Amino acid sequence: MSVLDTVLALVLQTLRIAVPYLFAAAGGVLAERAGVISLTLEGFMLGGAFGAVVGEFYLGGAWIGVGVGIAFGLALAAIHLLIVGVTRFFLRLAFGSSSNSPRIAAFGETGGLLGSLASPLLWLGLVTIPVAAWLLYRTPFGLRVRAAGEHPDAAASVGVSVPRVRYAAVLISGALASLGGVYLAFEQHQFSDQMTAGRGFIAVAAVIFGRWNPLLAGGACLLFAAAETLEIQLQATTAVPSQFIGMIPYILTIVALAGVVGRSVAPAALGKIPD
Amino acid sequence: MTTRVLDVPAVQRGPLAVRTRLRAGLEEALLPPVVALLVALVIGDLLILAVGQPPGAVYRLLLQGTWGNAYGLGQVLFKATTLAFTGLAVAVGLRAGLFNIGAESQLAAGGFVVALLGLVLPAGTPALLAIPLGLAAAAVGGAAVGVVPGVLKARAGAHEVIVTIMLNFIVLALLNWIVAAHLHVPETLHTPEVHAGAIPRLADLFTVFHGSAANLSLLLTPVAAAGVWWFLFRTRRGYELRAVGLQPDAAEYGGVSVGGVWTRAFALSGALAGLGGVNFVLGYKHYYEDGFASGAGFMGIAVALVGRNHPVGILVAALLFATLSQGGLAIHAVVPKQMVEVLQAVVILAVVVSVPEVRRLLRRSRRTEAA
Repeated sequence: MSVLDTVLALVLQTLRIAVPYLFAAAGGVLAERAGVISLTLEGFMLGGAFGAVVGEFYLGGAWIGVGVGIAFGLALAAIHLLIVGVTRFFLRLAFGSSSNSPRIAAFGETGGLLGSLASPLLWLGLVTIPVAAWLLYRTPFGLRVRAAGEHPDAAASVGVSVPRVRYAAVLISGALASLGGVYLAFEQHQFSDQMTAGRGFIAVAAVIFGRWNPLLAGGACLLFAAAETLEIQLQATTAVPSQFIGMIPYILTIVALAGVVGRSVAPAALGKIPD
Repeated sequence: MTTRVLDVPAVQRGPLAVRTRLRAGLEEALLPPVVALLVALVIGDLLILAVGQPPGAVYRLLLQGTWGNAYGLGQVLFKATTLAFTGLAVAVGLRAGLFNIGAESQLAAGGFVVALLGLVLPAGTPALLAIPLGLAAAAVGGAAVGVVPGVLKARAGAHEVIVTIMLNFIVLALLNWIVAAHLHVPETLHTPEVHAGAIPRLADLFTVFHGSAANLSLLLTPVAAAGVWWFLFRTRRGYELRAVGLQPDAAEYGGVSVGGVWTRAFALSGALAGLGGVNFVLGYKHYYEDGFASGAGFMGIAVALVGRNHPVGILVAALLFATLSQGGLAIHAVVPKQMVEVLQAVVILAVVVSVPEVRRLLRRSRRTEAA
């Protein structure tokens, strides 16, 4: 394998790891800018992953899976504790096992180095971040979202329905995070219990790391994904205990957060309910 | 030093006002959670009906498997002990306006340090010395992990949610490595048994509890809850902590060092979570086992939420969640035990949604009464 091939492989691996983060972080930014704490991303993702597999398995067709995934993520968009239990509960009902689903085809298997580029969701994930930025900074809806998150009373005084804006933002965030889960399930061609494994939390970290700005949060997602790629590569080659290599992305995050990024200022009305 | 304006304000008390206030307070404390539980119960009914079982029979099975026999009760008390500590830990953080998602790793660190101490102490160390030392070790272990996000927030403005999430991964991986590489009994992922400091199990005192993990460390929970209550509501430090939680800028203006409060609150929060490790390590297995804390830290968030961040509420919530979690095993034959996880989530949602709603209705009806 030439050097170019190696670099390309690393970049592609980074992208594949990044896609679920990108979706979830884009959703997280929208929800949090509207003033709603988004520790629920993990749940949305899990719901999306599960719905995608059920949808494709019973109804056939990858795009139907995508649709069902989003619907499932939204329908169960409550809190992540709920979703963990719910998917397991329904996994029992749907597939008669509470830890794994049967295999699904997703968008088919394309071998080769560039095979992962065949997934339309990968491209959608990359596009989501600039679209979220455009939505947030260049549209009336985005202005309302930001107003609801910074100063809900002021937004209400000019006739913006803060609850409605927040609901909309959370629904969009749920749909996006579900897509992250759908991608994850399609990558692995099945649903397994707790398959999101903390990815939603990493996405939350990316949101805060990116100072609630979609583009910066997207950058943070790529950074996390690159660190994970590095981790996987190092794990295969070095004698350092795997636990330490596994810590790299997390330590990097803390160091970056404490040293480089500096004070992160949250939306002023984050988590506050106006009277 | 500047004058403190934040001393505990004198509450106006009149003999007449006391009784009405007492009644109103009781109503506000009891009615909302009861309504929330009823809501959760109805949703639970629907879920059980959805899998084609009679709800009454399932609930009866759940109660029989938990409060219905000594073993089940022992298991509930054991689980509730850990949850009470992580719940108190999360609540102290929330009172200071801090989201401690890290109770999971603080609990594990507390358990690990107390196990280390137990291995270092010579066999035959009197319990009267070994157990208090163990408690201190667990608190120090938890606080050592807990203080990190506090300091990073105070000094560098690092957001505590990210830092605690990241620390969970880091600390658990570190402990996993120490145990797997240096301290484990062959073929297992746990340390050797401690030489001293073991806390007697309930089964040693009352034979009916035979086989259950409950141990005398459960007596620590009311003590810890009372201590937290005293600290939060009867000391200047506690008042400062709550002031920072409600309005950091105002507290700062009043002469409180906000960063100092964040650091202390996180240290205390971590210490409480760490103390929870005593229950498993000294009380149950007598060794540290990789993954013993799994889930108890996150469940602490739920316990704190449902317990409304009040020590008494947290004890009740811990019992409730422990009952549901143990009950899941009891009803497993009839309905999937994940049902109970869904039910736990429904309880959380019901409390979060309906408590403020019921409270508002109560206040409104009282206002119309007065008018």
